[in-house]
Amino acid sequence: MESDFVLKVKNLNVILDHQSIIESLSFEVKRGDALTILGPNGAGKSVLLRTLLGLIPHGGEIEWAKAIKIGYVPQRLPFIKDIPLNIEDFFNLKGAPEKEIEAILNSVGFTEDFSRKKIGDLSSGQFQRVLIAWGLVGNPQVLLFDEPMTGVDITAEETIYNLLAKLKEDMDLTILLVTHDLSVVYKFSTNVICLNRQPICYGPPQEVLTPESLQKLYGGGIRYYQHKH
Amino acid sequence: MDTQFLLSLVVGVSVGGVGGFLGSLMLGRRMALVAGPLGHLALPGIALALMYGFDVSLGAFPFVILGIVLIWLFEMRTKLPVEALTAIVFASGVAIAFLLLPIKQAEAALVGDITKVSFAEATVSVILTLLLFCVVKNIYSKIVLIHISEELAKSEKIDIRKYNLVYLGSIAIIVALGVKMVGGLLTAALVAIPASSSRNVSRNLTQYALGAMIIGMISSSMGIWLYKITGFPAGSLIILVNATIFLISLIFKR
Repeated sequence: MESDFVLKVKNLNVILDHQSIIESLSFEVKRGDALTILGPNGAGKSVLLRTLLGLIPHGGEIEWAKAIKIGYVPQRLPFIKDIPLNIEDFFNLKGAPEKEIEAILNSVGFTEDFSRKKIGDLSSGQFQRVLIAWGLVGNPQVLLFDEPMTGVDITAEETIYNLLAKLKEDMDLTILLVTHDLSVVYKFSTNVICLNRQPICYGPPQEVLTPESLQKLYGGGIRYYQHKH
Repeated sequence: MDTQFLLSLVVGVSVGGVGGFLGSLMLGRRMALVAGPLGHLALPGIALALMYGFDVSLGAFPFVILGIVLIWLFEMRTKLPVEALTAIVFASGVAIAFLLLPIKQAEAALVGDITKVSFAEATVSVILTLLLFCVVKNIYSKIVLIHISEELAKSEKIDIRKYNLVYLGSIAIIVALGVKMVGGLLTAALVAIPASSSRNVSRNLTQYALGAMIIGMISSSMGIWLYKITGFPAGSLIILVNATIFLISLIFKR
């Protein structure tokens, strides 16, 4: 693979429980790109991320750049509050050394001795930042995010987007982000995949997010507004 | 202090401690109650052991293993929740037990009898619990991550099947040892209550796991000591001490 590319996907097909979830999807991701995967609920977005991570069997080709380090931030961790974990414990599950934990928590905006705080006592925005920090352990070159704004209030959403944009710059990250939020796509991404089991559009958002493609993606009734940045 | 009492105490402390430690893992995925059905499932094995005069743990173990293998296979085949599958398997175990179990010996099978443990049985129990402690300590963080999210664990290249198998095997051993102490009916309490009490007062994982182990040890030794004073069944007393500690922990709940 040419050094500029971190990921090439050709003709990807995923079938789960005899049902086709992703059909004939092809795309490429270059170093430093922010690719958003946009689509309605049940469109196969999260399945795509998990497939890219090698967690789900698939047809077609997924080619990552050699020796690439990938960090993953899942959508939800519903069972985490069943266990009395503090933040340090959570990072220890990944074998992160204490100094790295401190540095990473600082990089996502936590100061002082935050690592002793119990996970169950965090606000949804704080928890999301902890998850992002967890994804950054081991210094990955690529970060995969599954709906990072789920359950987060609007103020925290803004903070998290700004944080992602800053991390991307500071750490020279390539980001793949699943969302169903259109505003994220315009603010954040260099490319977008519109996915509703089949690929609907792919390219820079300003070019490919047309009223027609959005209508096809979400069905009728969607209001379209193009951000001019 | 008489030797028999000392032997019971050593077995009680080791099985209670490791049961609590393992229980702190089981509580994480609401698995604690699984030990109960597995304890019930051990009843046919206990019945056979009592009828033919061999060690109840030895009788219980193959039945617990059989139950776990069945649950494992059913889960892969059906994707039903483990709790549901366990309920199916355990009901069958209890039904078989009551076909075999002589009524006179029912009490020992249902609430255990640690007070007649022999030196050889005590030695085997202590060695097994020490080994089990090392295994559980080794898999602890991986199982916690699997409990939090299987896909997160998979993304960290953790072999979930392998760890779950070791984990279930550990549960089988502690259940087999636990039935001798508290009987088939009360095994769930041996793993669930110390962990629940510890969770009430813990602020981190180390406090939680260590707390569950210490509470397991204290409740077992106190239960056996109370048996010595009162003559009531030790298994029941161990669980009642555990329940009392749980009630006290509610006062200090964090």
